[in-house]
Order: sequence, then structure tokens, then C-alpha cells
Amino acid sequence: MAETKLAESVYKRPESLTDVQMRYCPGCTHGIAHRLVAEVLDELGLKERTVAIATVGCSVYAYEYFDTDAVQAAHGRGPAVATGIKRCQPDTIVFTYQGDGDLAAIGLAEVMHAATRAENFTVIFVNNAVFGMTQGQMAPTTLMGQKTTTTPQGRSVEQGGYPLNICELLAQIPGVAYLARETMTSPKRIRQAKRSLKKAFQAQAAGLGFSLVELVSSCPTWWHMKPLEALQWIEDVMLEQYPLKVFVDKLAEGQ
Amino acid sequence: MPERQLITGNEAAAEGAIAGGCRYFFGYPITPQNRIPEYMSEHLPPIGGVYIQAESEVAAINMVYGAAATGAWAMTTSSSPGISLMQEGLSYMIGAELPCVLVNMARGGPGLGNIAPAQSDYWLATRGAGHGDGRCLTFAPFSVQEIYDLVGQAFPIAQKYRNPVMILADAVLASMREPCALRDRLDPPEEKPSWAVGGDQKGRQRNIVNSLWTDPPVMEEVNLRIQQRYREAAQNETRWTEHGADDPEILVCAYGISARICQTAIEHAAEAGVACRLIRPISLFPFPTEVIADWAQRVDKVLVVELSMGQFIEDVRLAVAGACPVELFGRTGGMLVTPEEVAERIIEIA
Ligand SMILES: Cc1ncc(C[n+]2csc(CCOP(=O)(O)OP(=O)(O)O)c2C)c(N)n1
Ligand code: SF4
Ligand SMILES: [Mg+2]
Repeated sequence: MAETKLAESVYKRPESLTDVQMRYCPGCTHGIAHRLVAEVLDELGLKERTVAIATVGCSVYAYEYFDTDAVQAAHGRGPAVATGIKRCQPDTIVFTYQGDGDLAAIGLAEVMHAATRAENFTVIFVNNAVFGMTQGQMAPTTLMGQKTTTTPQGRSVEQGGYPLNICELLAQIPGVAYLARETMTSPKRIRQAKRSLKKAFQAQAAGLGFSLVELVSSCPTWWHMKPLEALQWIEDVMLEQYPLKVFVDKLAEGQ
Repeated sequence: MPERQLITGNEAAAEGAIAGGCRYFFGYPITPQNRIPEYMSEHLPPIGGVYIQAESEVAAINMVYGAAATGAWAMTTSSSPGISLMQEGLSYMIGAELPCVLVNMARGGPGLGNIAPAQSDYWLATRGAGHGDGRCLTFAPFSVQEIYDLVGQAFPIAQKYRNPVMILADAVLASMREPCALRDRLDPPEEKPSWAVGGDQKGRQRNIVNSLWTDPPVMEEVNLRIQQRYREAAQNETRWTEHGADDPEILVCAYGISARICQTAIEHAAEAGVACRLIRPISLFPFPTEVIADWAQRVDKVLVVELSMGQFIEDVRLAVAGACPVELFGRTGGMLVTPEEVAERIIEIA
């Protein structure tokens, strides 16, 4: 008699994520971003030689969520901390997980210079166009006209200048080995985002240099939108300023 | 095999670090300590070490933070304005209980100031280390040889107390050339501390380096653990030298380059009939409080000599605790004192 399979597990928590409840708001895409990174670490077999760097923003507790060695870094300094780790231990896989305030405001110098030095680590850049953790103030990535708690009339050039496109800036730097902008608004987009994340880590594992994946993300709480509306706003509005694109792929060039 | 060489204080700091086991250097150029990063960029790579020129002192100290998290013996060096920028990183290192060594070849301030010798970073060095309840363990050499020795010794001290150690010198000590006995270069220990991140994590619990403790009772516990280490450091690492009259009228307190000047000054004063004793703290935090308190009971007055307008004197006053008057002889803005001026002041107050 044939054995009956009672249940087959088709979906489970990645090994590289801990079994703790995340502190993110309902509908926030930080959780998806974590899961994708963890799946990639699992699939590439990197879990036991990875150091995650949590920075300052809503993801400050990332060291509790990634089940790897972890270092919590000061606001914006993740890429400098990653440099210190990677230069001492070139075989360790290192990634920073940074918001747009952390990376594009206070930490712009650190990320730019890590790229110019072709530092061999990976940056996960979660761009939700606001300072989520500090209650929704303007970020360098805030869109023109976007209302935030510090641009109550909408972002204007006089008050806040123009949005900053990080990938377009980094694309000019020769030290960059993999660079892509992705989003997580649909299953298809999520699969594409995961492909880019995987390539970024593969580029690092191959020692090709600096890699960064920008994830255009949602902050339903401070955008004052329902989660689905927030995803729709990404599609309708944000992607116009931040178009999805693979900017640099030295893995492909090497093939 | 000890070898004597004529080298500058900057070179002594760099070679002292390498001899002490440091293999990782992250820094940003600033006068008067540029010879240190230059020396490191030349000497570290050939022995398997790493030299990185950071984009700022902010980045440099955070690179040290990352390096230290892996258990590596790492250092940075700078001068006053750069040390200001490192305060954030130092606070994070103290909070995360990470060791490192930094050297401050202090210069005149505030602001961009100048590149002349000053001791006006005393508070920055002994009270500073950014926000929060932590401090750097701080040592103040007064010769090229002592720079070499202290920088080397600072690495195991930093590891033992899991806290940044600052070597505080100045623009004169940085650039003066003196004979210095060099030791063989030690290798850093192969075994990593149990808390270090990275490497192969198979078969061990994951390590987290962190200074975020949102629960106040937990944060207090961390702070009390740090304070306990400071108490242990006070037991084990308090250092000073003293010499001069056994039955002095005046106790002179000075550290670093001013102590060196005071050595000659108390001889001049003795010739003029004023017996003095000189106490030179080598460790500024922990501070040699007891020995100063002891002598304060036996002298008429204390004279504090510093290249700042009353920073170091606060620690001396705390030690003297009102036992006798404490006078200040300070110069500032990059001005030095001369032995004659100090002797004159001693005679004046005697
Ligand atoms: C030196 C310093 N300045 C300011 C802050 C306060 N702060 C915490 S998070 C944050 C902004 C975070 O925004 P972002 O990086 O976009 O992350 P998000 O919360 O949106 O994911 C700020 C300004 C801080 N912790 N440290
Ligand atoms: S505040 Fe915004 S970014 Fe932060 S967890 Fe909530 S939804 Fe996510
Ligand atoms: Mg943000």
C-alpha cells in the first residue's frame, strides 16, 4: 500500500531568521525585505559566516531578527563599521541594512566612500521616503510635494530641496559590483527583488566589490495609508522618481 | 632584542602600536600627527596588517568599532578636532563594551585653533567619550620612550577592560625626536575573545555587538558593569611618578609635557630655597587621587601646571579636597610654559 503523505511543508521561516515577533507596523515592507535577505542567505549557504549590521531606523532591531552574528551601528555609520569588519575578516559575509534617513542623510559620506573604496560588502537600502522611526519626517528621498511631519505643506524646493537618487549617484562609481533598485509591491516584483539580492550577495562572495540593492518600500503608518494603498502609491508615484533598474551587474559581465 | 633609535613621538606611537600587537589602523590625516598614519601605511601591509585612510574621523572610529567587534586589535590616531568627531563612536564602543586604542596628539583650540602644543583636551579625554555614562581609560606619556611603551601596553589593557584607551599627548611630544628602545614586534593573540563576531559560526551561539538597551533596568545593569571595570582599572592601572623634596613646602602637579618642564622648574625653585615635590599622573583616568591626597596633608600649597586654563586642576582639587590651597599656572592656545616661569610662580606662592 502506498504511503500517504499527510503534510508537506511548502513554506516555512528561513533558517536565517529568528523565531521572534518583529516590531514592524502591519503592512510595512521591512518584514518582506528581511525575509528575502534571509532566504538568500539560506539558499547561498552563508548563514554561518555572515555578520548583519543593524543601523538606526525602524530596523534598528534587525540584530534580533537575523539569526547570524550581528553588530548594531550608529546612525549612518553602518558602511564604516562594515568596512572595519570586512577588512579584518575578508571571508566573512557582511551586509548593512539601512533606511533612507540612515543612508541618504546622515550616512551619505560613509556609503559613498565605501563604494569608492570598492569595499566588498552588501548594502540593503530600504527607501520609504520618510524617517519612519522618528515619526515620519522628511527624508532626502521624500518626493516633491510629499507631505511629511516636517513638510506639512508638501516638500518644496525652497524648504527641502530635491529628492536624492542614490542608485543613480552610485552607478558612476567604478568600485560598485552590483547595483539595482527593486520593490516589493507584487509577488512578481518580490521574486525580482530576491533575484537582485541574491546577485548582490553572490557578487560579494565572489569578491567583486561593493553591492547595493535599493528596495523602494512602504511606510503605511507615516504615509497615512492603508497597506494596499501604500503599495499602489509606490507603483503610481514613487517609481516615477525611483525607476526600477539593474544599474550595475559585474557578475553578468564576468560570464 | 632591544634596539635604540632616534625617532619622533609620532613614530614611537606607530611603532609602539605595532610592537604591542596592533595590525589594523584606520585614520584621517590631521597635523601634528600625520606621521603616524604615514608610518602605518608603510609598515602594516607588509606584515599582513591593514591600513585604511577613512573619509573622516567619524568613519575612522566606526571602522575601528567594526574591527574591534571581530576581536582584532585596532587603533586610530588624531589630534583635537578629529578627536571631537570621534566622540560618537567612542560612546558606542563603550556601550557595546568594545576595546580599542586611540592617540590624541592634542593641539591648540577651541575651533580649528592651531597646531601648537596644548593640554586643553583634558576634559575631552577624561570626561568625554561622547554621551552617556562612560569614559576612556586615559594615559599621558611625557617622553618619546613613554609614548612607545604606553601605546603598546594600551592594547591588552583595552582588551582586559573592554573599553577604549586613549593616549593623550601633544604637538611637542608628537614631533620631538629622542632615543627610544624598541622591542621585537609581538603578534596579536590568535584566539579571538568569546564575544567577537564573524569567522566560522558553526557550533557556537551567535554573537551580537550592541549598545541598544531600551529597558532602563537592563541599561543600568550594563552601566554598572562598566563602572565596575573602571573600579578594577583604578586598582590595577593607576600610575604616576613622583620625585623631589621629601619634606616639601609646595606640591607641584603636572602631566605630560608640562610635567617635563616642571622637572627643571622644581630644581630652580630648590636653588632659590623652596622645596618642592612633583607628582606626575601617568594615568589620568583612573586618576592617582590617593597619592595627591596624601601629600596635600603635608604641604603648604599645591601648584597645578597645565597648558589649559583649569581643566586638570579639577581632578587635583578633588584629590586635595580642601586640605590646602590649590593654585593654577596655566597657558593656553598653544603657548608653552618655561621652567623659569614655573619656578618664578612657585617662589611667588611659597
Ligand atoms: C545621531 C542620531 N541622530 C538622530 C537620531 C534619531 N533617528 C533615529 S531613526 C532616524 C531616521 C530613520 O529613518 P530611516 O533611516 O529612513 O529608517 P526608517 O525608520 O524609515 O526605516 C533618526 C533621525 C539618532 N538615533 N541618532
Ligand atoms: S513606521 Fe513605517 S517604516 Fe517603521 S515599521 Fe511602521 S510602517 Fe514600517
Ligand atoms: Mg525611511
